[in-house]
Amino acid sequence: MTGIDRAGAPVLELVDVRKSFGHDVVLQGVSLTVPEHSVTVLIGASGSGKSTLLRCINQLERVDDGLILFDGQDVCDPRADVDDIRQRIGIVFQSFNLFPHMRVIDNITLALRKVHGVAKDEAEARALELLSRFSLADKAQQYPDRLSGGQQQRVAIVRALAVQPRLMLFDEVTSALDPVLVNEVLSAVRELRSEGMTMVIATHEMGFATQVADEVCFLAGGVIHERGTPQQVIEDPQDPDTREFLRRVREAGRL
Amino acid sequence: MTQNPSTGPAGSPAGPVWVPSEAELGRRRIRKAQDRKRALIAAASSFVIIGGLVLLVGTSQGWPVVRQTFFDVQYGWEILPLLLEAFRLNLILWVIAAVAIGIISMLLALVRTSTSPALAPLRFLATVYVDVFRGTPLLLVIYLIGFGIPALQLTERPIPVVVLGTTAVIITYAAYVAEVIRSGILSVHPSQRAAARSLGLSHFQTLRHVVLPQAIRRVVPPLLNDLVALLKDVGLISVLGVVEVIRQAQILTSKSFNFTPYVVASILFLIVTIPLTRLTDRVLERTIARQNAQGSA
Repeated sequence: MTGIDRAGAPVLELVDVRKSFGHDVVLQGVSLTVPEHSVTVLIGASGSGKSTLLRCINQLERVDDGLILFDGQDVCDPRADVDDIRQRIGIVFQSFNLFPHMRVIDNITLALRKVHGVAKDEAEARALELLSRFSLADKAQQYPDRLSGGQQQRVAIVRALAVQPRLMLFDEVTSALDPVLVNEVLSAVRELRSEGMTMVIATHEMGFATQVADEVCFLAGGVIHERGTPQQVIEDPQDPDTREFLRRVREAGRL
Repeated sequence: MTQNPSTGPAGSPAGPVWVPSEAELGRRRIRKAQDRKRALIAAASSFVIIGGLVLLVGTSQGWPVVRQTFFDVQYGWEILPLLLEAFRLNLILWVIAAVAIGIISMLLALVRTSTSPALAPLRFLATVYVDVFRGTPLLLVIYLIGFGIPALQLTERPIPVVVLGTTAVIITYAAYVAEVIRSGILSVHPSQRAAARSLGLSHFQTLRHVVLPQAIRRVVPPLLNDLVALLKDVGLISVLGVVEVIRQAQILTSKSFNFTPYVVASILFLIVTIPLTRLTDRVLERTIARQNAQGSA
């Protein structure tokens, strides 16, 4: 079983991506192919380069070398329109990053109205529809700080979804949440998967990774040590570093 | 930026040294070209705007007269020693005032942010003090103290006006600065205080070791701003007859009917304030960078 045999050209392709901060090499030659409608999950210890990889994809960081092709376009090209690329990539952060001075509905419609020029009524209608799909319709008029962490993170997901991105990036979206709230956020991601959203997810939740991933990549020291289906990588790892990592995860009771 | 082929960290699995790929070299070429283009645009727009201003001023009808009465270089050099001597007084008063303001404003801020019931009357007085002196024009405070205190005839010999004027500046600025420091103290998140108190630190220890260091770091940029403003405002005590640099320039001007002393005095102020302003910028950038680093961790 290969896992990733869904048809179509890849939405995202990384070729030999390198990134360093000063003398600290964070990514040293990472290659990755993300076909349309597929879910790629990045696992690995903190500091292994998962977040940096995601931040490079939507150009929050500039890579030192390598290609990042998004729908065939090199996003690292200095002539590329970064704003245009980011409009088509949704990203959700560990720390929610909702705008605290805006109501939920305004958080969600901001980009629709200001970037995409959608009329206020239409933008709000679209936002409400999305909110109700994630069982958040009753929170539309509230300010983010009145919401629980899980609700805030789901609002952040809805905000990223509102502009109908082609690719969604999730950067340890449950790391700041307690176990009960983790689940409601993960269900939201599962829901997206069932709709065929193309996603790259960095996570510490191995059980979740097993459920949603088409491909799992284990990162350590800025290199992908092992990749394959969840069955291969998480249940039957071959690489000694992957085994060690998963053993420690198991010891911590997180699998 | 590792431009030259660098060796990775010891034991890195990357193996051979990294040589930038063709794609990356191409990007660097494009970036360089873009940088050149940006530099060119900046140079061209600067040339047009600055050149235009020079042309506008230089060709104006009154320019020859203005040049004589405001920018008389030879006269400027002649009076420079006199102005420098006077400016020394500004600098001395500036330093004295800055130190006094620092101490008084810190006390005011601490009293205003205190919660102890025993300090309630002090808190009330500090609030009134800040309300009054933050809301009164500095010039009026200088007049009121400069002319009012001598009228009380408290001492045998009159208090020098320099002392009275500087006191007025200190009193007013202490109110401004106290509010800046207070806002810094209030901006430290309550959880920091809770964490320190739960370690067993007393209220005062918490303030001294946890709250104030964070508060001060945050308000350094606005405080440097106030420091620059203070240097300029110390000159206001010239209205009491103190011969500092502004007053000295005024005297020289009224003798020679040439305004060059004002220009020279301005330059003296700028020589001190511009480096300070640059320093403020740098501190502000560093503060922002540090906060961002915390945010992304």
